Amino acid sequence: MKVSPVILLSALLALAFTLGTSVAPRVDVWSQHSKSDNVFGVVLGEGRQLFANQFFTMADVYFHSGYYPSIFDKNAEEEKDIITASHGKKESEEEEKNEDFMGRPKDWIDAFGRNFKVIHHTHLNNGNEREILPWLRLAADLDPQKVDTYTVGAFFLREHLGRTKEAEAFLREGLRNNPDSCEILFELGRLYHDSSHDLNRARNVWQMGINKFMSRTGDQQKETKLVFEELVVNLGDLENEAGNYAQSINWLHVAQKLSPSPQALQKQIDVIQEKIPVSH
Amino acid sequence: MNKIFALAGVVIKELYRRKDFYVLFVLSALLTCVASMVNFFHDDKIVRIVKDVCLLLIWISTLVIAIATTARQIPAEREARTIFPLLAKPVSRTEVILGKFLGCWLATGVAVLVFYVFFAFINGSREHAWPVAIYFQAAWMQWSMLAIVIGMVLLGSIYFAAPSSTVTIIFVVVAGILGLGSHLNTIALSQSEPMQSVISVVYFCIPHLEWYDLRDFVVYSQSLAPWVAVLQATLYAAVWTGIFLFLAWLGFRRKSLTT
Repeated sequence: MKVSPVILLSALLALAFTLGTSVAPRVDVWSQHSKSDNVFGVVLGEGRQLFANQFFTMADVYFHSGYYPSIFDKNAEEEKDIITASHGKKESEEEEKNEDFMGRPKDWIDAFGRNFKVIHHTHLNNGNEREILPWLRLAADLDPQKVDTYTVGAFFLREHLGRTKEAEAFLREGLRNNPDSCEILFELGRLYHDSSHDLNRARNVWQMGINKFMSRTGDQQKETKLVFEELVVNLGDLENEAGNYAQSINWLHVAQKLSPSPQALQKQIDVIQEKIPVSH
Repeated sequence: MNKIFALAGVVIKELYRRKDFYVLFVLSALLTCVASMVNFFHDDKIVRIVKDVCLLLIWISTLVIAIATTARQIPAEREARTIFPLLAKPVSRTEVILGKFLGCWLATGVAVLVFYVFFAFINGSREHAWPVAIYFQAAWMQWSMLAIVIGMVLLGSIYFAAPSSTVTIIFVVVAGILGLGSHLNTIALSQSEPMQSVISVVYFCIPHLEWYDLRDFVVYSQSLAPWVAVLQATLYAAVWTGIFLFLAWLGFRRKSLTT
C-alpha cells in the first residue's frame, strides 16, 4: 500500500498535537512538585548550594586578589574576610600574620613556584571592591537561602561603593527569599541608619529583627547570638541619638548580658545617664 | 634541519585546514562576549570576572588544540601508510619526531598568539589599559608549558594504542598536575608510610606545569613575575620537553610501523 507523504506528515502532526494536549496538564503537575523557582534550581537541584558556596568563596578570593588558601592549606576553614569586614571588624596585624597560610617554603619546588603565585595578603580598596559583586550575584541566584550573600553584598555596595539603592534592592530581595532573617533586617537597618539617616525606619527594622530572633528556637538563638547583640547595641545607640535616653539605657542593659566586655557598655550607660535630667 | 622545518610546515598547514581551532576560537570569543555583556548591579566597571572567564577559556582551548593535534600525528601517518614514503625521502625517525613536535608547538603558538590578541583587545576595550608585558609573560609561560604537554602527548602517541586513549590519559595527567601538582608535598605529609614516600617521589618527579599558570597575575593586575624566574622556568620546560622527546624517540625508533 502506498501512502502519500503529505498524508503521513499530516497524520504525524495530528498525533503530536493530540499527545501534546494530553501530556501538557500532567507536566504542569510535575513542575509544581519542583520547589525551585529559578533556572538554576531546575537544572542543578540541591547541588546548586555547593556551587553557591564555591561562588561565595570566589568573592573572598577576589577580595584577596588571589592570595587565598586552597583546601590543602591551613586556614582553609577560617571565616571569610568579606564576612568579618561586613561586620565592621578590621584585621589586626597579628590576625593578618596568622593568615599567612603559606609559611616558609617546604622545598625548592615550593620556593620557586612562589615566583608565579600571588604571595602578598591584600584586600581590595578604592572602589575595586566592585569586583566581588558578580560572584555574590551568582551565589544569590544559585542559593537564595544563603543569607550571608545578601548582607555581604549589600555592605560592600553601600559602604565601599556608595550605592545605597542597589544595596537596599539586594537586601529586599534577600528578605523576600528569607522572610525570617534577622541578619538581613539588621543590615537593612544599618542602611537606613548609616546611609539614609532615617532613624524611624532603622528602629522599626531592627525591632522587627529582634522579634524574628525571639521567634527562633533555643539552639538557633545560641548560634546567632552575635546578630542579636549587634541589634541590641545598635538600637541602644540609635535611641541615644534620638534623645530617648531611658530606652537607650534599657537596650544597653540587655546588651551587657550578652557582651564579652560589659564594662565598656557600662561606661556608655554612665555617659547617657548623665544626660538624663534629674527630677526633684 | 630543513627536513624538520618542512615537516613542521605540514603540521601547521594541517592546523589551519582543520576546523578545531576556528570552532574553539569562535566559542571562546562568544562566551567571553556573553560574559562581558552580563550586567551586575548596573556596574560597567567590573572587569575581573570577564578576564577570568576569557583566560580560562584560552587555557582550555589551547590545551585541547595542543593535545588533539599532537595525538593524531604519528598514528594518522601510520594508518594512512604515508609514514613509509615519508621515511623513504629519506627522513630519519628522529627528524619525524622533531618535525612533528616543532610543527605542533609552532601551530599551538599561533593559536596562543591569536587568543591573547583577542584577550588584550577585549580587556583593553573595558579596562582602557594595555599591560603588554604581563600579557607577554602569561602567553610565553603558557606556550612553554604547552611544549612540555606536546612532548608528553608525542610520547603517549608512540606507546598508547589509539589517539583517543592518548588524549584522555594526557588530559587527566595534565589536569591532575595543574590541580594537585603543587599540593602533593602537603598531601604526602598527611599520609602514612609507604604512601608518604610514594607521593613525595611523585611530587619531585613530575613536571610542575602549575608554575606556568600566570592567570592570577593578569586577572588581579599584579606586578610582573621576576624575569629571571621566567627564564629559569623556560629552561625547565626545555629540559622536560627534551626528556619526553628523547623517550618518544627511543620508542619510535624500534616501533613496527605496520598496523
